[in-house]
This record gives sequence, structure tokens and C-alpha cells, in this order.
Amino acid sequence: MTAAVECRDLRKTYDGKVEAVRGLSLLIEPGECFGLLGPNGAGKTTTIEILEGLLEPTSGEVSILGRSWKTHSRELREDIGISLQETRLSEKLTVRETIELFASFYTQPRSTHEVLSALQLNEKSEALVGNLSGGQKQRLAVATALVASPRVLFLDEPTTGLDPQSRRQLWDIIRAFQHDGGTVLLTTHYMDEAERLCDRLAIVDHGQVIAEGSPADLIERLGGHHVVEFALSGNGLGDAAAWQSLPSVDSARNEDGVICLSVREPHRTIPALLEQVDQRSAQLERLNTRQASLEDVFVNLTGRHLRED
Amino acid sequence: MTVAQQTPSRHESQKPMLAPRNGRWSGFRHLLGARMLELKREKEVVFWVFVFPLLLALGLGFAFRNKPADRTTIAILAGPNAAHILELVQSSPQKHAIRAEIVDDFQAAKGLRLGKYDLIVEPIASDKVQYHYDPARPESVQSHIEVDDALETAAGRKDVLTTSVIVSSEPGSRYIDFLIPGLLGMNLMNSGMWGIGFALVDMRQRKLLKRFVATPMRRSDFLMALASSRLILMVIEVALLLGFGILMFHMRVLGSFSTIILLGALGAISFGGLGLLTASRAQKIESVSGLINIVMMPMWILSGVFFSYERFPATVQTFIKLLPLTALNDALRATILEGSSLVSQTGRISVLVAWGAVSFLLALRWFRWT
Repeated sequence: MTAAVECRDLRKTYDGKVEAVRGLSLLIEPGECFGLLGPNGAGKTTTIEILEGLLEPTSGEVSILGRSWKTHSRELREDIGISLQETRLSEKLTVRETIELFASFYTQPRSTHEVLSALQLNEKSEALVGNLSGGQKQRLAVATALVASPRVLFLDEPTTGLDPQSRRQLWDIIRAFQHDGGTVLLTTHYMDEAERLCDRLAIVDHGQVIAEGSPADLIERLGGHHVVEFALSGNGLGDAAAWQSLPSVDSARNEDGVICLSVREPHRTIPALLEQVDQRSAQLERLNTRQASLEDVFVNLTGRHLRED
Repeated sequence: MTVAQQTPSRHESQKPMLAPRNGRWSGFRHLLGARMLELKREKEVVFWVFVFPLLLALGLGFAFRNKPADRTTIAILAGPNAAHILELVQSSPQKHAIRAEIVDDFQAAKGLRLGKYDLIVEPIASDKVQYHYDPARPESVQSHIEVDDALETAAGRKDVLTTSVIVSSEPGSRYIDFLIPGLLGMNLMNSGMWGIGFALVDMRQRKLLKRFVATPMRRSDFLMALASSRLILMVIEVALLLGFGILMFHMRVLGSFSTIILLGALGAISFGGLGLLTASRAQKIESVSGLINIVMMPMWILSGVFFSYERFPATVQTFIKLLPLTALNDALRATILEGSSLVSQTGRISVLVAWGAVSFLLALRWFRWT
């Protein structure tokens, strides 16, 4: 079966200086929802725009549905749907007029009515784009991508800046598209979005893939499924490494005076931890345990948080 | 016909593989339609493209109108002989050109100061008057000559020489006749540069251009739709301004309407090309606004919109005649006011075509969709 999206050793250098993408390879199967997760400036947008055929890579190969942008640009445009990061559509057109305009570019578009219902925009069909809320505008942006009846959908940060309800609405739309057999490639810096929506992920940092797999895989690979966080009163905390010798601990790190332990079996770690605290004659200021998340994976890999300002 | 064909399965009907729903020109038609809707809904566009030039024509047309036989207003100082002087003025051949009032010293001095009166006549005796006026004011100098002439004639002076005058204020030679074709040219330049240049950079800044080229849209369709919207607007602009000139100022149009429209189209396309060139790289509307103003400013002044470029030195005129707006204005004036044909204006038309073609070719080389 031909891969939906494939790229090998992609590189992009701006003005011969800034290296936005540095040897990035991906293979996305048809029907998959694949996520590029990474902080701002990691090279996600550059990567997705190269895959969308909007940017020329400095070097590397791209193949979409088994075809290359260089030779099959026109056919490929018919087969993919794109939502860019922040497109401000014409404010003086109505929702319906906007969808019809985009539909007119394709030889076989879906009917406007169908797209309006699928994106829950029926009520707003005669409203001017300028009068829509942020969530509605973003749904319209996705509608202009889905009107193509695409086989591959590219979404660059589809839910950035949206309220929780609008985000969930968009997730449902993306899932429905995937359910009908579509392939999705999206970029995000929201780990919850990546965890809930994506079958597989590539974590991107400094223009490279630093880890790849299903969300569960990636967390598994971290070592433990659990995170134990604690802080002590006074300065009995000491070096993070000193806590790594506790039973069932895979790694330890100090985050602003809080020790975070990646733990396989908390019921073995916690009694030993309490004993240690006693021995140091210190007192616990806080202690909690939680499921490990992609954020922990990212911090473990890079030593930084996803959403550092 | 098989049973399967009669009852297509639900799955098939979801993804119809019939003949293409959209033809070759579907994109172009929708782009043009969307552009026209946007323009219609943009109140500022309607004002600047249609209302503003009419207001300009109205304002300038009235300010520089040929006043019906200039009337001068004078004050006669109240006194025993005032009534007699007033009678002389009113019985003179120039009585329609002079409005005289009898007022006291204070009123007369104030009126002269404020420009209400051009001249004060002070009767000293029944056959002796003294004039008061400021020789720096041309209308006062004029008034003095006229009133003096009127009084002398009314009092019985005999003219030695017989003279007569032929007045020229025929439609075609007035300021408004000069102005309307100039405004038309300027308007075509303004709306061509802004309508194309500004619109494109705005779309680029909104990432709308990038979004469009991410679809199978033909880029040539997009540019053609933009040009077509300009041509449609051009016809309305020409019709409005000329219609206004004909109705309000009884302008006489000697050239054929089709020739004027052809010239208008040439101007619209030429300035559209220039607009495309200014917009080819700019990423922000602020930078393209500056660029457009830099391109247009010299032509507002030099190209004979409000006054003839004959006032500039001859050496500069050679250069001025190579500007696209000069060529357009000259061609429009020759056609509208003198009824010249297109064939007789190949020079001007070549200038317009050259500007349009060169800027369009450069723009295609440099234009950035993203």
C-alpha cells in the first residue's frame, strides 16, 4: 500500500543561515491521524508547508499519495485539503459564499450543504465571516479544506487559541473525517490534543524528530507510567540524582524545587521515599502522583517544557 | 439497464464519480463574483471610487465656475448727493454689473475690509466723487474702472471710439471641461493602484493568497478575475463622472463612448499592472501604501489633472509626457473634448501600453504568492 505521506531527510535553510528543518523523515499510512508535536519554533510549520507543496525544501524527498509535487502538482492539489496556521478569510463574504468559492476550484467538490452540516455551520451560513467567533472561523477554515473531499487533510495548529468547547468540536470533525477513511497530518503544541487525537506522533525539536510512536508507546518508553512529584520544607531536597536510587524509579529531575520521579510502581517507591525524608529529618511540603503524559516525555527528552514562553 | 444501476448503493452515492461538477471557468467566475461582492460590501471602496471623484468635480467645478458676468458690489457713502450718484449708476449701461448700496462711513469701511464691497464711492458734490479702494485687490481695481466708466457715461461722456466684444464661454473651453477628463484619469490611476496593489498585499498579509495557491485554483484565473473586476468598476467610474459632467455642467462629449471606454480599459489595465508591480513583494499593507503614494504623487502634480502641464519648463515637459497618467489624461481630453480617434493618438497609447506591459512582466517575475 502506498504511504499517504512520506518524506526522507528533509532539510530547509532560510537565507543560507537559519536551519528550520534538519534531516526530518516521516512515513504516514493511509487512514492514520499523525501528529507533529513540538514547541513553537521547532520547525513544525516549515515541515508541514513543505509537505503541502507550498515551500520548496532545500534538500530531501517528498511523496504524497505516491506522487511528487514536482510532477503531479495539479492532481495532488485536488486530493488534499489544507488549513494553514491563521488564515484570515475575506471578512466581507458570508460563510456560504466562502465555501462555494473554495469549492469552485475543485473539479469534484462536496456539496456546500453537506460541508455546512458536517462542520455545524448551518446556522451561520449567511453570516459574514467578519462576524464569526474564533471557533466558528476555525471551523470555516477546516470547511474550506474539507470541501475538496480530500484524501489527506493537513492541519497546522488547528485549535490554537480556541476555547475548550470549540476545540472538542474540531476534534470530533477530525475524527469523523478519519473515520470515513481520510488521512490526517496535524501539528500542535498541545499535548492533550496529540494524546487524544493522534494514532501516532513525531516529537519535533530543533527541526528534527526526537521520538516517534503512538502516544502510549512514547509514554511507555519513558520508563514509568507514573510520575511522583514532591517538595520538602527547608533545603533537605539535595540533588535530584540522589532520589534516583529509590526502588522502581527510572529517572529523576528537579523542576524549580520540586523533584519529579518517573516511576513504574508507585506503591514500592512511596514508602521508601517517606523513609528517606524521615532519615533526612525533613518534612514533606507536597506529594502527589499522576499518570505520565507526553509533556513528561518531552521534558525528559529535551529538559524543556513544550510551552515555554 | 441492470438492477445495480437503478439502485445505487449508499456508499456509491456518497462519493459520486460522475462527470466533473465544475467546468474550466468555475474558479474564475466565483473569484470574480466574490471580488465584486467584497467591493460592494466595502463602504470605503464605494466612497473613494465613486463618491469622492464626484465631490471633487462638484467642488472644483463650482469654485472655478465661470461666474455669470462678474458683478461688483460697491458702497456709496450716505450724504446729500448719495441718491443722485446711485441714480447715475442705475441709469448707466453697466447697471447690471454693478450692485450699489447707500451706507454710512462705518458700514462702508467694515464692508470694504471684509470683502463685501469692492469699492467705496464718496460723493463730494453732485458732479464730484472720490473713490476709496485697495489697489492690491484685483477685483477693486476692476470695480474702480467699471464704476468710473459707468458714472462718466451716465453723466453724459461721449465715447470717441466704437468698440465691441465677443465673449467665449462655450462648453468645451471652460475649466470644468478641462477638469473632468483629468479627474477621470486620476480616478483610474487611484483605483487601479489601490484596487490591485492594496488588495493583493492585504490578501498576502492575511495569508489568503497562500491559502488560494494551496488549492487547484489557476493563478492566471485569479489575476484575470482581479483585472476583470477593475474593468467592470472602470465602466461605472467613467459613466458616473462623464454623466455627472454632462448633467451638472452641460459638458459636451465629442468622442464616441466606445473610444472613451477603450481608453479607460487601457488606463485601468496599465495602472493595474503598475499596482501589481508595487504589490509583488510587499508583505505589509503599510509598506505598499507608502510605495503606491510614492508612485502616484508626482503624477497628481505633473500629469495635468488640475492644471495644464504647459506651465512647467519645456525640458521637464518631455519627461512629463512619458508618464502614464499624462498619456491617459491627454488621450481622454483629446477624445472627450475634441473627438480625436484612437488612431490619431498612437504615441499616447504606446506610452500606456509600454508602462502596463513592462510592469506586468516585472511583476510576474517578482510576484510572491506566499
